[in-house]
Amino acid sequence: MDILALLVIAATIVAAGAVLAGPLRARGVQAGDERGDRLAELQARKEAKYREIRDTEMDFKTGKLSEDDHRTLDRQLRAEAMEILRAIDDEG
Amino acid sequence: MATVGRALLIIALCVALYGVVASIYGARLGRPAWVASGRRAVYVVAALCTGAFAILELAFLRSDFSFATVASHSSTTTPTFYKAAAAWSSQEGSLMLWVWLLSMWSSLVLFLTRRRLRRVAPYATAVLLGFAAFFAALLVFLETPFGVLAAVPAEGNGLNPLLRHPSMMIHPPMLYSGYTLFAIPFAFAVGALITRQVGAADWIRSTRRFALGAWFFLGIGILLGARWSYAELGWGGYWAWDPVENASLLPWLTGTAFLHSIMIQEKRGMLKIWNVSLVLATGILSILGTFLVRSGILDSIHAFGASTLGVPFVILITIMIAGSIGLVVWRREALRSEHRLDSLLSREAIFLANNLVLVAMAFVVFWGTFWPLIAEALTGDRRALGPPWFDRYTVPLALVLVLLSGVGPVIAWRRATASNARRNFVVPLVATLGMGVLLAALGVAQRPLAFGMFLCGTFVLASVGQEFWRGVGVRRAMTGERPPAALFSLVTRNRRRYGGYLVHVGMAVLFVGVAASTAFNNARDVRLDVGQRVAVGNDVFTYVKPTSRISTTSDGRLEKISLGSVVTVSRDGRTLSTLRPERSYFPSRDATLGPLGRFFEGEATSEIGLKAGLRGDIWAAMTPDKQALRPQIEEGDRVFAAASGKLPDAVEARLLGQALRGIADRYVADPPPATFRLITSPLVTWIWLGAIIVFLGGLIAIWPGGRDAQRRTARARHAARVAKELGTPARGPQTVSATGSAPGADLG
Repeated sequence: MDILALLVIAATIVAAGAVLAGPLRARGVQAGDERGDRLAELQARKEAKYREIRDTEMDFKTGKLSEDDHRTLDRQLRAEAMEILRAIDDEG
Repeated sequence: MATVGRALLIIALCVALYGVVASIYGARLGRPAWVASGRRAVYVVAALCTGAFAILELAFLRSDFSFATVASHSSTTTPTFYKAAAAWSSQEGSLMLWVWLLSMWSSLVLFLTRRRLRRVAPYATAVLLGFAAFFAALLVFLETPFGVLAAVPAEGNGLNPLLRHPSMMIHPPMLYSGYTLFAIPFAFAVGALITRQVGAADWIRSTRRFALGAWFFLGIGILLGARWSYAELGWGGYWAWDPVENASLLPWLTGTAFLHSIMIQEKRGMLKIWNVSLVLATGILSILGTFLVRSGILDSIHAFGASTLGVPFVILITIMIAGSIGLVVWRREALRSEHRLDSLLSREAIFLANNLVLVAMAFVVFWGTFWPLIAEALTGDRRALGPPWFDRYTVPLALVLVLLSGVGPVIAWRRATASNARRNFVVPLVATLGMGVLLAALGVAQRPLAFGMFLCGTFVLASVGQEFWRGVGVRRAMTGERPPAALFSLVTRNRRRYGGYLVHVGMAVLFVGVAASTAFNNARDVRLDVGQRVAVGNDVFTYVKPTSRISTTSDGRLEKISLGSVVTVSRDGRTLSTLRPERSYFPSRDATLGPLGRFFEGEATSEIGLKAGLRGDIWAAMTPDKQALRPQIEEGDRVFAAASGKLPDAVEARLLGQALRGIADRYVADPPPATFRLITSPLVTWIWLGAIIVFLGGLIAIWPGGRDAQRRTARARHAARVAKELGTPARGPQTVSATGSAPGADLG
């Protein structure tokens, strides 16, 4: 094995070790942010609910839902969306 | 360089193993520093694998034959374009590509979720690093791409000529991108199960695009494989239910099912067990696909014992299956549905039916692929199930699938009323009926399955066309845009919906192409003399004259000898096309075949003659009668053997070239009969066009709509704020949602 190869390998090991050890050596790595996770989850639920409202709206506009069905569904979905928004506000 | 490459892989293996332990340790004990270190391990593995892969590629590009894999899979005469691709034509190179792609995708997903999914991500990291460690271990201990030769040969064996096709340059990276991308939803599903987060929307949102990307790339890989088969293998077909093809189709089918049913979980919190099972099965099938191709088990169950990779793969797959089943059973309480199906007349119900059909297709393909192995293991007798067996089950299922892909778009989510459904079905049904009458008048109904597929395809085109028409109408009514602008904004504001519809159209076009080219093709295998003609369907093929060609590389070395023909095709006395099919012979390095003989006894490829068109393809392949040249080749071999060592190398090479030219000229001057495979096949081009539409739709669905959506959301939020502070309702385009109504500020 030539010296250059050996040097490259040694440098790679040192660099990899430094990258891996970085968080372990750093002080004050934040504990898992449960609140952030909950917020992200609520945001994802909100997006999904909004998408559902938009889809229902589109279904109505393109003639796949009757006006009565759309009104009922839309009211129900918006109530669910409001619940999610309330939960987001509570987290905030 | 080989030493450095091997060292990088060993370090990657160690880092991956460290990352598995650090991630699980950090997650179990709540130590975020260890979790962060575990995530960094993924980035480090990606960097190391990139380095190792770059060294391997460089060795191929430089024709460094000190690398055993370069010597056995490339040569100085291999065109540069294919030298780069030759890396993944070998067992070890393809495994290297696998682990490199996996490490890159893993890095991407973990970077994107670095501030989210803090409970799920560490376990997903451990799973992804576990895969990386497995493949790195294979490369370190069993199939190293960095093995070196003690004696460096002056020339390599060269790339298998069959693989010298542009499709083959892209096909494996596409397939492997698909396989490795499916590992990501698999890993996050495992993490979600362990942490009881499987019902959460965030992990689905974070990995959905990766699942779609996997589906997209795997689909492209499958289609490129089919195109290669059609253009290069000389049998005239594009799909043979070959186990290697089936291995890639299996995860694509279950992945397609997952992409549909996950929408129901997102919207309704339903089908959690089904979805998680599908995503786990898709991940397992992706590994199984790699195993089938790489273990040699497809040739014979006995090859399994001889393969170095068989046992490790079986252990990995067993762990994946047992672990997946265990996790689903363990978390069954968390997987309960939050809602029930509102109505059988709803899009959810159609999606469920579509899922059942896709899974049934996957089961048929799985059974048909593994049956020969099962039979051989039980009876010692290998009994393959041929295309007719597969067709018997998959064709009816494909008919139902295409029909459902037309029904889904015209049915509402949650529940559709019968009167609305009736109204929405009128146009598609009338169009289908009209097409039925027309096709029946043309006699197409004599082939009922193809006839059925044409009707189902028409139904899909009409129903999706109606959806686009109505959607554009809604946009125009709302904004007053011109139709093209309305269409553009409709699609860009509803990428998932309209991208998906486009995929349905593409699949319908593709299946129509498959049905037509299967049911109505005409094929003949004939032996013709020059001047002879033969009728194939309505067309007459004439063997006009033979051709010969000697191809050399840029440095003057002989690359291949091609013996071909000129064939004209006419219909009703009118010439439609002139085809030039030929058979190319690449020299063998086996000197025992004789100085001249070795140029005709190496690998051979068919260069087909093809006239492709929207209405149909005219296809021809030919095999010259080499036996007729045998006396001359043997005589030449005797002469050169006698002169061996008596002539300077340059003179011998020049004489050899003249002798080969003489044989090629003799073939043209006094041609023996040649064997032809001649095919006329309608609508084959529609298969490739359908595939392009499918992938265009997939691209639209994948494309991030972030900036536009964010801009709209911000605008809507500001408008809502103004309205609130003024005490008046929000008005104007700022608050208009994607569909034109104003359901709320954030809905835009």
